[in-house]
Amino acid sequence: MASELPAFLDTAILAALVVASGLTLLAGYRVIVGPTTPDRVVALDTIGTNVVAIAVLYALQTGEGLFVTVSLVLAIIGFISTIAAARFITEGDIIE
Amino acid sequence: MTMNTIQAGVVTLLLGVGSFFLLVGTVGLLRLPDVYNRMHATSKATTIGAASLFLAGTVYFGPQGPGLVSLIGIIFLFLTAPTGAHVISRAAQKMGVPFYGDADWPEEALEDD
Repeated sequence: MASELPAFLDTAILAALVVASGLTLLAGYRVIVGPTTPDRVVALDTIGTNVVAIAVLYALQTGEGLFVTVSLVLAIIGFISTIAAARFITEGDIIE
Repeated sequence: MTMNTIQAGVVTLLLGVGSFFLLVGTVGLLRLPDVYNRMHATSKATTIGAASLFLAGTVYFGPQGPGLVSLIGIIFLFLTAPTGAHVISRAAQKMGVPFYGDADWPEEALEDD
């Protein structure tokens, strides 16, 4: 099915994949530099959103609808990990 | 399933919008001065960015199967991204992360704790 795509759509998907991958790499700078823990949590959340975007783009590129489900599951995991990290910062403990 | 040109054009447009907002969100994350400003940039921009990529998925796959999952993904992102940003900002306030410049918390917010 991927071969039936118009050429400009193929190029657009590839360009968006390159942009999203590069942005994921750039957000890693904020994870390393910080300076505070909430900064790192925000940066990791952004990386999670970018990976969700990459999964959707991969679904478009290959025509495999399963990868949309993969990205939804990644979004859920990212939300839970953000909540867990924020609780860890405030309470110092996730499960009492 | 063959795609017609209008469908492919709409998908391309949504991909452009989504990539642009992801770019804006990450530039804000890297360039803004404190954690509250960075959160403001990423939570809004990446929500819109990822949501328009999901919408591109809906246009691409049609209204059933994976396209419907994409719509659920949009609803999920719009519910969880503000919640996550709010929880992180509460955590930052309790940690005592200062504002950039001379801004400060109002008195009522501090008395709540």
